[in-house]
Amino acid sequence: MAVAERDQQAAVEHVDLETTPLRELNQRLHDLAGSPGPAAWRIVNPNGAHAVACGLDSDVEVEVEGHVGYYCAGMNKRATVRIHGNASTGLAENMMSGLVVVDGNASQSAGATGRGGLLVVRGDAAARCGISMKGIDIVVGGSVGHMSAFMAQTGSLVVCGDAGEALGDSVYESRLYVRGSVASLGADCVEKELRDEHRTQLTELLKAAEIDADPADFRRYGSARQLYNFRIDNAGAY
Amino acid sequence: MCGIVGLFCKSPDLEPRLGEYLASMLEQMSDRGPDSAGVAVYRDPAPIGSSKLTLYSFDPAMSWDALCGELAATFGGAHVAGIRANHAVVVVEGEAAEVEDWIRRHRPDLRVMSAGRVIEIYKEVGRPRAFVDQFRLEDIEGSHGLGHTRMATESRVTTEGSHPFSTGLDLCLVHNGSLSNHNRLREVLRREGIDFQTENDTEVAAGYLAWRMREGASLQEALEGSLADLDGFYTFLVGTADGFAVLRDPIACKPAVLAETDEWVAIGSEWRAISVLPGSADARMWEPEPGVVYVWEKELV
Repeated sequence: MAVAERDQQAAVEHVDLETTPLRELNQRLHDLAGSPGPAAWRIVNPNGAHAVACGLDSDVEVEVEGHVGYYCAGMNKRATVRIHGNASTGLAENMMSGLVVVDGNASQSAGATGRGGLLVVRGDAAARCGISMKGIDIVVGGSVGHMSAFMAQTGSLVVCGDAGEALGDSVYESRLYVRGSVASLGADCVEKELRDEHRTQLTELLKAAEIDADPADFRRYGSARQLYNFRIDNAGAY
Repeated sequence: MCGIVGLFCKSPDLEPRLGEYLASMLEQMSDRGPDSAGVAVYRDPAPIGSSKLTLYSFDPAMSWDALCGELAATFGGAHVAGIRANHAVVVVEGEAAEVEDWIRRHRPDLRVMSAGRVIEIYKEVGRPRAFVDQFRLEDIEGSHGLGHTRMATESRVTTEGSHPFSTGLDLCLVHNGSLSNHNRLREVLRREGIDFQTENDTEVAAGYLAWRMREGASLQEALEGSLADLDGFYTFLVGTADGFAVLRDPIACKPAVLAETDEWVAIGSEWRAISVLPGSADARMWEPEPGVVYVWEKELV
């Protein structure tokens, strides 16, 4: 049975990007925020198109069959987006909530500036993974490239493989967990003790990401707090 | 922005369709670079002792046969191997460097786009689709080729300012990015006797590589030297007689994706460019590491 036919029987909305314009698809997905519609979607033939399933704001499940271009699932809110392929630059950039999962690899700046939700990259993520993250949790099954978690503010980055040069440069309060080697730590980033609360958090994140790894194998990195002088008492003034 | 593409046929079965695949790849990169487009293709080697040059004339009434008459009188033999739009490929019984030098001195109205035994370079302002049609790119057979779509930043949109740039015999360069020290470096290279036809930053990078290799560096060494001597952002793709080489600057802001199957090796600024190739969905793919030179040549794959 063809995928399209199977989807019809299972009430999965089937969209072929070879025949449907991308803007039409994204508009239909955006419209779900205001009025009810199909709860499950399958997008085929993305062929590296940019901004696939970008800006979602509803409790919808979207499966993408193939490789996607820039900014896939950007600004995602509430939705679950699963990409059965690789993702290019800016995956789930500024994600707010929900779940984004990539089976393959992600290019640079995955999860950049993300404010919430969970991003899972089963393969490798490239440079600048989680740059300026602000509350998102990112779990990477493989390795991350250079300058990952640069100026990361809150949230967690879990790397089951290795980290490239300058991990956590100028990091604020994000927690960085790496199982493999770290090529070098960035400015003001140091190794920290892995306490029970961190093991608990790691266990939960790995479980949510459906990645089989032992939390005890990870090391934790974070800010030495020598490079910033933010007065928390004045946080309300901004 | 700019778009870069490259395709190396591991299987000879693909060679008749090289131009067709490059055309599709270029078109996928149209919105990264609508200002101009160009390709370098490696095909039909000139006989030993002869050389092959791609020449460009501003004059629509240019007589290439008359030029070959002049070349034959000097070098002993010359013929037109093909004409595509305002470019012609001429095969001359003489050393490429000597023929190139002769053309520069005697025919300043012409531009030497490429010189060597196997390379041909075609480039022109306009959208990739128009370029593909104008130069009948889809007819071209060859072992490998690379291409570029340009979004101009550092210098004017002209035919000569389009990519690829020749970097020596059978060598060329395409570039996504921008260089900040090109003005100063151009002066240094001019004093070393390197010629420049434009104010383009990439031409300086091409001149730099040509100079380093003239001074005895291997392609690998010349590219590694650019990590220290070129200031700016770049993904470089260098075409050679046997394949191509890739280098991203150490910051690696400019994208690149490599993919390989049993039939081919390809590079693109984005996956979209590679997605048009047969079997691409199952290709092994990865991003080149920053500051690392990758070389793909016939004997290596």
